[in-house]
Formats: sequence, structure tokens, C-alpha cells
Amino acid sequence: MTNPALETKGLTKAFGGLMAVDNVSFALAQGELLALIGPNGAGKSTCFNMLMGQLRPTRGSVHLNGADITGLSPRRIWRMGVGRTFQITATYASMTVIENVQMALLSHHGQVFRIFPHAHKMHRDRAMALLEMVGMAAQAERHCAVLAYGDLKRLELAIALAHEPSVLLMDEPTAGMAPRERIALMQLTADIVRDKGVSVLFTEHDMDVVFAHAHRIMVLNRGQLIAEGNVAQVREDPRVQEVYLGGGTVFASEGAAENA
Amino acid sequence: MGLFIAQVLTGLANAGALFMVASGLSLIFGVTRIVNFAHGSFYMLGAYIGYTLMQVLPGAVGFWGAILLAGLAVGVLGVLVEVLVLRPVYRAPELFQLVATFGVILVIQDLALLIWGPEDLLGPRAPGLRGVVRIMGEPIPKYDIALLVITPFVALGLWYLITKTRVGVLVRAATQDREMVGALGVNQAWLFTGVFALGTALAGLGGALQLPKGGADLMMDFNILTAVFVVVVIGGMGSLPGAYLAAVIISVLNVFGVTYLPQSTLVLMFVVMVLVLMIRPYGLFGREEVAGEHGQVGEPERPFKPAGLQVRLLVGAGVATLAAMPLYASTFSQVLATDILIFCLFAASLHFMLGLGGLVSFGHAAFFGGGAYVAALMVTHADSPMELAFILAPIGAGLAALIIGWVCLRLTGVYFAMLTLAFAQLIWSLVFQWGDVTGGDDGLVGIWPAEWLKETTVFFYFALTLSVGGIIALRHVAHSPFGYALRAARDSARQAEATGINTKRVQLLAFGLAGTMAGLAGGLFVFSKGSVFPNELEIARSFDALIVVFLGGVKTLAGGVAGGAFFKGVEDILVRFEYWRLALGLLIIVVVILAPDGIVGSLRKAAERVGLLKRGEDTT
Amino acid sequence: MKRKTFLKSLAGAAALALAPMAVLAQDAIKIGEINHYKRMAAFAEPYKKGIELALEEINAAGGVIGRPLEFIFRDDQGKPGEAIKIAEELMTRDGTVMLTGTILSNVGLAISSLAGEKGYVYLASEPLADSITWASGNAYTFRLRSSTYMQAAMLAEEAAKTGAKRYATIAPNYAYGKDAVAAFKENLLRLQPDAEFVTEQWPALFKIDAGAEVQALERAKPDAIYNVTFGPDLAKLVREGTDRGLFDGRTVLGLLSGEPEYLDPLGDEAPEGWIVTGYPWYGITDGPGKTFVDAYQARWDDYPRLGSIVGYMTAQSIAAVLTKAGSTETDAIRAAFKGLEVDTPMGRITYRAIDHQSTMGAYVGRTAVVDGKGIMVDWSYKDGANYLPSDEEVRKLRPVTD
Repeated sequence: MTNPALETKGLTKAFGGLMAVDNVSFALAQGELLALIGPNGAGKSTCFNMLMGQLRPTRGSVHLNGADITGLSPRRIWRMGVGRTFQITATYASMTVIENVQMALLSHHGQVFRIFPHAHKMHRDRAMALLEMVGMAAQAERHCAVLAYGDLKRLELAIALAHEPSVLLMDEPTAGMAPRERIALMQLTADIVRDKGVSVLFTEHDMDVVFAHAHRIMVLNRGQLIAEGNVAQVREDPRVQEVYLGGGTVFASEGAAENA
Repeated sequence: MGLFIAQVLTGLANAGALFMVASGLSLIFGVTRIVNFAHGSFYMLGAYIGYTLMQVLPGAVGFWGAILLAGLAVGVLGVLVEVLVLRPVYRAPELFQLVATFGVILVIQDLALLIWGPEDLLGPRAPGLRGVVRIMGEPIPKYDIALLVITPFVALGLWYLITKTRVGVLVRAATQDREMVGALGVNQAWLFTGVFALGTALAGLGGALQLPKGGADLMMDFNILTAVFVVVVIGGMGSLPGAYLAAVIISVLNVFGVTYLPQSTLVLMFVVMVLVLMIRPYGLFGREEVAGEHGQVGEPERPFKPAGLQVRLLVGAGVATLAAMPLYASTFSQVLATDILIFCLFAASLHFMLGLGGLVSFGHAAFFGGGAYVAALMVTHADSPMELAFILAPIGAGLAALIIGWVCLRLTGVYFAMLTLAFAQLIWSLVFQWGDVTGGDDGLVGIWPAEWLKETTVFFYFALTLSVGGIIALRHVAHSPFGYALRAARDSARQAEATGINTKRVQLLAFGLAGTMAGLAGGLFVFSKGSVFPNELEIARSFDALIVVFLGGVKTLAGGVAGGAFFKGVEDILVRFEYWRLALGLLIIVVVILAPDGIVGSLRKAAERVGLLKRGEDTT
Repeated sequence: MKRKTFLKSLAGAAALALAPMAVLAQDAIKIGEINHYKRMAAFAEPYKKGIELALEEINAAGGVIGRPLEFIFRDDQGKPGEAIKIAEELMTRDGTVMLTGTILSNVGLAISSLAGEKGYVYLASEPLADSITWASGNAYTFRLRSSTYMQAAMLAEEAAKTGAKRYATIAPNYAYGKDAVAAFKENLLRLQPDAEFVTEQWPALFKIDAGAEVQALERAKPDAIYNVTFGPDLAKLVREGTDRGLFDGRTVLGLLSGEPEYLDPLGDEAPEGWIVTGYPWYGITDGPGKTFVDAYQARWDDYPRLGSIVGYMTAQSIAAVLTKAGSTETDAIRAAFKGLEVDTPMGRITYRAIDHQSTMGAYVGRTAVVDGKGIMVDWSYKDGANYLPSDEEVRKLRPVTD
């Protein structure tokens, strides 16, 4: 087997005495759509921030396609082929939709410090193709500041894809979206995984989304991985049941999820 | 030992008025996020009103009553200013209100001159507190002892108000999270008014309290302003204990500085400020929560495209009209136009980093004056030909900007602005103090252009070419990938970093480019005037540019240039009248209230409303 | 402020607002006067009144070379760059024949540099900086008021008579302060080589920390103190110093401290026994000096300040130079200025050909408090001609010859 796309070993982050992430080891296989779930405060975002370089791990390592990226800056990690989307969207509010993507493409091509060409003419076709892919082509010339939240999420995905990442980290990609939009966005993600061979690790609150699309699921609780496996395995796991006790509605809609 | 104690006591007594004025400014900033440049004016009003009341009210009761009443009266004036001037512009872009407060300064200056006349007023003595007491043989004025006692009581009173009362809870809540106050069901507008009243009343109290140690004069407002800003920044903006501690530190250090380093009086404060901010970027008690950290306040800037054919033709026609000036206008018109062009380039360079980069600098004059001084020093000390000296002006200013920017960009928002101010002041004091090289405040004179440029008309074309060229170059960069990256870093540093943009480097280079262009303007300036003085490095110079950028419109590409041309043109007309400061101040206030998006932004909106321009999508 | 003066100011504002539009007498000779009317109102207002009084007298007597004399007053906000612009406007658009004005030295130097470059005659009326006529002097710039050097030399002469040995100096931390201390030292050490300077204090201009300065001065235990601070700084220094007993038993010399502009605001707290330069208008009982004081009081219902007499002498000098030149051509005016003699309320002054400095002197005396007001007593008028370096030294100080 080739190297996993992304692999952590004993990843740990302590804030003072609090173990936010405690000895987490996992591997994201090439072309896999892997979900990381867990209740609020389980350590999902901390985990993500360590993978992406915003936080330096207390212990443990992160490898990307076999290369050690532990403690590198976000920019370096991005340069090595990891894209991400944010839990709270981050886009350039003063620009149009297509300019947001063009900006990412300019960075991808190492043209950020050019001062002679006109930026708005550069990489337009490629930007349009990316917007086409996420279904935003019709809104390409709109002002980013007026977009609906779901559209911003899709725009962010296009920005992340501009770099042709081999690994994509998505932090709650469907948060704040209407149910119909969620299904559509995850379907889109699944298509990208299939068509481009991108490996995706995502966190998610909505179990419908997770059960419908994830190839594999990891469950994090109090900083520790407590379960791992395919949809059926995780759903049956008593520890997971216990963690989500009281969240019965999450599991009740399994029929709907399977039909999606 | 006796002297040491006496010195500490002197420092502590000096800290009194400084603390009161600074705590007021800090409170106002903490709650309303307004950087109140007019705070020194309220201090001055406190002194004048206190003086007048002391003439009327007799005896000790009258004296102390006059001080309290002066504080109250200034607080009432503060309410007036807040309600009439500031309230209409709370929704304007971040820091926009400081332009309004600048207008207030001008108005108060002329009104004070009208009411109290031009001569300095000697403050009345406190009844019963004339003379000294001896502590370990050293004489200490009795009034100093009184100040020593009063200040902690005021500080404690404030502390009680802030920590133990419902009002205080609201103030603290507002300082930490403005949205929360709305959620608590409080009328935010009146909370702001109340805090502004309290803050200005403290300034007035400080002004009245220092009367027995000095008096009232028309330059008090600016003379205390820098010290107060330094105290607030060192203490941490919004922190009362910080303001007290910083006032004490600055005052006591100053006393020892006077004794052991008599030449240090200009720089000491700013050295302390730079050191503190480099070790504790948010001041001694400040919190890392500053205006501007969530991107820009208010509605985001509109997307923009390089000018279309129509606009290009219009601009071309405008430049052609200017270029044809020697055919139809007087020599003086060319001199005036040269002045305005140079100023527009200076404003455009600030606008580049302020508008596109969201980097509000309070010290941009460092690069304008810096460029002018580089050229003048080359001519004076190296006998360099004018051409070489001129070329070195932007290069020198650009290098200085890269160095200063590298340090300042560790901070954001208001703290960034304050650090740029501190560096500008350091450079100013260096130039001011180092008389052997820079001529001190007698400046460098006889810096005239080369033979081929001497003619007014030729120099006009020279300035026209370089100013318009510089402005067009800045606009071009705004449309380039680098300009986009600068906006990206402003709009969302998080996303920019996550997509591989080195935001700090982008901002640093933008700072350097802005400094270079300001230096170019400075180079043009020095050869058009033939001399340069430390005035060109002063805070007032930085404010000039800041004000025109805000007046022109931060969120429009043409804001800096339009504001510069408008402001300089109007100023040239207004200063011909006796009460020009009053008129200019009122004009600024009116523009601020009527056009909170700046002149260009508001004109564009008006044009959209009547259908002259295509409407942008509504973003509210 | 009294209601009457308020209304007067308003009326003045209205009159000034209309002034630029008023039709000017057609054949008047126009002089460009640039000053900091707002920034330094307390100094510029009496100065302007002095000019206006002189103009009225000159024009009542038929003007100069058969034409009325007129000043165009412009405010430069105290900024050198603005002053340059206004100077250009006055000379190229408004048709003034020469420039005058300024109190601040830096603005004076800026205009002087322009004057040298463009060939405009400039009479620096009030700025004190030595460099205006020496280091930065040029062919087109002349100066009326006795310079820092001259006034410091007058005080040094008095100081040498006191027998004090240990001197402390306190001066604002800028060019004027430094020049004033350097000139005092130079002259005192020449007259009294064993004088010793035990401390030099440099408070920031208008930001004096008076308590600390007084402690530092006291610590040095000087016999005499040479003070150059003025305005609000002086008030604070005098108050702290008096309270803390700094001046007790010490000789104190105050440069300019006797000028009404600085002495009057101190009221009954004016220091006593200081040796100062100034303008004791109240003590001048005869001669042209008295005539001026009376005329000024009659015209303005106010007493003259030092600025008033400087303004008056400025207009007198300009009338005299135009009369002597017999023309309004720059070169004629320039030539006429060299060696020009003018009879003024302070006596006859001469604009020296060697450095373009006038020999206007100053009054030196001791301060006293009488009827709750500070005044100068035991004063005498010192002719400026006696307090200038030798011609040989001046030639070294002034690189420009013409």
C-alpha cells in the first residue's frame, strides 16, 4: 500500500493541564472521505488546527504523503497540497465571487507579489471552471458580501480547490445550511473525491450528512479517539451511543440517510 | 535621600492631572471605540472655565467649587459634542470619528480665543495652599501635596464606579463586548453619551486642577495630547489602572530624566512607549481586543475594476486641463497647483495602505518629512546634485518605512496606529534635537532645484508628472495581484494565510511602497519650498493626510486624491478669513455628518440614488 | 471676555472677511506681511496694531514717493510651507513690492530662503534666530529686531558685573534656546573667563515640568541662573521656583522676560530683582519713545507691547527704504536698505551693510512688582550696535557676501 494521504501518530495538545487532544493516531487513505465526529468540545477543531499548522502539537507527529509536516506554518502546509475550509466562512468581502477564486489561483501560481499585470484578467477561465464545479458560475460577478451563507460555503470550497490539493480538510462544511443544501454540498464533495482522487477529512455535527457520505468515521470524545469504523460499526458502538446519549434524534433518521 | 523622595513626590503630583485626562480618554475609547483627538481641547476648556469661575466664586469653597463646576461644565459640553457631532457617525467606518473630533479641536480653538482672548492666563492660587512644606529638608509645594491626596481619591471613585455599580457593569461589558450591551437591554446611545460626558468631565477636571501650577493658554490642547495618548497606550487602551500606573511611570521618569539627562525631555516618553509596546504589545493592562480585528467595520468596500474608457477619458481631460494651466493661469496658480498635487500624492500614499490594506497609520508624516529631510541632508552635507538628492528621497523614506513597518506590523488596529505615531515622534525628536546635523527647528534652508528646474512652470510640470505618475502607479498596483493580496489580507487574514499568502510580508511591502510614495511627495515638497523644518514630521502633518483620506472616502479608490484636492483647495480660501479655524472645523464636521462614506463614497451613493450610476447590490 | 470686545472681534471678523473683495486704492504701494496671526495671537495682534498705527501716520503725511502705503496681512498658520506659498502669491499675484513679517524663526528662515532664491526683498521683522542674517543670510534678507545674540550679549554684560561664578542655564529645547545659551556663554566667558556653568536644563518648549526643573537647578547650587524660557513655561517656572525658594539669594537673568507679553500675564507673581531685557513703555517719559506710546494708547485704547513697537518700526523702516530708493524696484530697495538710517521711537537705527542686521537695541533693567504688576526698573536702553561681533567675525559667520 502507498503512504496514507495524511497520518497522525500520538497527536496531543495540552492547554495547561487540559488535554484538548490526547494521543490521537489515525490515517486518511488516498481517495477516502473520512469523518471526524464528536460532541462539542471533543477536540475536533483543535485537531484540525494542528493538522493545518495554526496550532503546534504538544506531542506527536503529522505526516503528509509520508513527509513530516509537524509544526510547519499554514502556508507551508498549504504549499505541500493541503486545502481547508473554515467552520465560520472566511472570504474576501470586498471582492466579487470570481475574484475570490482568482486570488487563490494567483497564490497557487506564485504571482502574489506581481505588480504589473491586471489581476482581474488573470486565471479567469480556470476560476470560472472551479465556480462551475461548485455550482456558483451564475453568481461569478456578484459582490461576495451579499451572498447567502450556503453560497459562501461553496465559494470557500472553490477557493480550496484552486490549489488542486491532494488532501482537503473541511471543518463543519454544512454548518448553518438548510438540509437540502447540506445534502447537495456533501454530494458535491463526494463527487470531487471520486473524480479527482482527493482525500477528504471532515468534521460534522449533522449525523445524516455523516452517515450518508462518509466512507469511514472516527469518534472523538474528550480529546480521545473512542471509536472508528464504517457507518454501521460506529452506529452500533455502545461507547458512541453513550457519548451521544440524549441525542437520540441524530440516530433516528437513519432511514432517511440511507435513502439519500 | 531627601532629594530622591522629593523628586518622587513631584512626579506623583504631576501624574495627577495627567491621569485624569488620560483616564477620560481611555474610558471613551474603551466603550465607544472613538479615538478622541479633541480630548486636549476639553482639558483646555476645563482650565479656562475653571479660571473664569475662580474669578467669581470667593474663598476656598469657591476655589474647589470652581474646579468641580468646571469639570461638570466640560462634561455638559462633552454631551453636546457627542450628541450633535459623534452620534450621527457611529456607523461610519472604523476610526472615522476621529476626523469629526479634529473638527471639534479647530472650533474650540477659535471659540476659546474669541471668549478668553489671546493672552495667557495665570492660574489662581489655591487659598491656604501657597508656599511649601519641608520634607526631609526638601521644599514641596503644598498644592503638590493636595494633588497627591486628591488623585488617588478620584482614582478610587472611578474604580468604585466601574466595579461596584450597575453603570460600571455596563461600561465594563461594553468595553469587552459591545453586542452584549444591546443584549442586556440597555440603550447603547445613552450609555455612549454618558461615558463621553464622564470622560470629558475628567479632562475638564484635570484642566482646572492644574491651574494653580500653571494657567490657561491656547496651546494647552495640543501640548498635552501626545502625553495623554502615550499614557493611555502604555497603560492599555480602556484600562483605568493601566492609565494610573502609566501616568505615574511617565511622570516620575520625567522628573529623573530632567535631573540626570536634561537633553532627554523630548524623546524619553516615546522611547518608553516603544519599549513597552515591543514587550507588551497591548500595553501594561490592555487586552488583545482591538478595533479592526474583525476586518472592517461597517459595510464592506465595493469590488472595483480598472477604470473604463469613459473614466479614463475624463481623467485624461482633467490632467490635460491641469497641464495646460501655464497657458491660462497665473504663476501663483501653478504654485498652488504644485502644492495641491504634492499633497494629493501624499494623501494617496496613505490611502493605499489605509484603504486597501486597512492599516491605519498615525505617523505617515515620518515618511513625507523623512523623504524631504533625506534630500535636504544630501544637499546640505554632501553637496550632492539636486537630481541625486531627489532620487534618494523616496528610496530613503521607503527603507525607513520597511524598518518601521517591520516593527509596527507585529500589532494591529489602534495599537498599530499608536506605534506608528510613536516612531514618527521619535524621528521628529531626533531631527529636532540633533541640531548640528539637521539644523533642529531652524531646519535646512537653501534646498533649491537644479538650474533647469528653477522656473516655476518647469517645476510645475515636474511635480505634475511625478505626482500624477505616482498616483496612477498606486492605482495600478491596486489592480495588480499584489493590490488584490493586500485587500485579501485586510478582508480575511485567516483565509489569505490558509491559501498561501504571506499576509505580513504583503502588508510590509505595502507599507514600504506607501512610505516610498510619501517620500517622493516629500522630495517634491522640499525642492518646491527651498527649505524643510521639523513641522513636516509632526503629528499635525500626519493628521492632515489622515483627515483628507477619511474625508475623501476610505472605501473608494479615489478617496485620497479627491479629499486632498478638496481639502487643500478649501483651506487656501478659508485661511484668508480671520476665523478660518472655526469655519474649517465646522466644515469638517458638516462633511463628516452629511457624508459618512467620505466625499467620493457619498457622491457615488447620491448618484446611484438619482440613477446616474448603476446601483451596487445592497449589502445591509 | 467683555461683551464689548466680543462684539469688536465679531465686527473685526466681518471686516476681514470682506477685505479681500474690497477695492484697493489703485496706486497704493503694497507690502506683503506674513504672520502667525492665529497661532501666536497674543504677539501678532499688538504687532499688527503697531503697523496699522504707523501706516495711518505715514499715509496722513502723504504716503511714500507720492503714493499711499498699504500692507496685505496674511496668516500662515505658523507653517513654513504655507508661508512660502503665500509669499509667492503676494509677490506674483497681489503685486506686493516686498515681504515682511513672522515671529517664529523657522518661518522667517523659510521666507528668507525663498527671498534669496527668487530675488524678493524680505524684511524679517521679529524672528530672533542669528542665522537669518549670518549663517543663512542672503542678499535679499534684512532684519529689524535685535537678534538672540545681541540680547544675550547685553545680559552677559550685566551678569559679569554681579560677580557670580557658578551659572546654571534653563532654556527651551529648541534652536532659539540653544542659540541663546551659546551666545550668553560666549560673551560671559569673554568678559569673565572664570565663570563656570554647573548645569544646563532643556525643558521641552511649552511642556516644562517645572517642579522637576527647579529641583534639578537647586541641586546644582548655582550662584546665578540664566533663564530663556518664556510664555506658559516661564509662568510655571516662576511659580515653582518662588515656592521652592530657588531664586532666593541668587542672581537671575531673564532673556525677554521683561517684555510686557511675558511679564504681564504673571501679574503680582512676577519675579522681583531679575535682570531682564524687555520694553518698559510705562517708564519712557520723553522723546520719540513717549510720542509713540501716547499715539498708540490714543489710537488703540490699549498699551503697547514689544510687538507693537516692532510693528511700528517695521512700517517705518519700509517707508524709509522706499523713500530712499525712490522706486519700488527690487534692486533699488535692496540697495537702499544697506546702510539705511531710520529714526524710530527707540532712536536712530541703521541697517548694517555688512550683514543686513539693524542696530535696534533693547531695554535692560531689573524687575519689580508695583501695584500688583511686574515692571522693569533701573532700566537703560542699550544700542544694538554695541553688542554685535567685530566685522571680521561677522564676515566669518556670514558666508554670503553681496
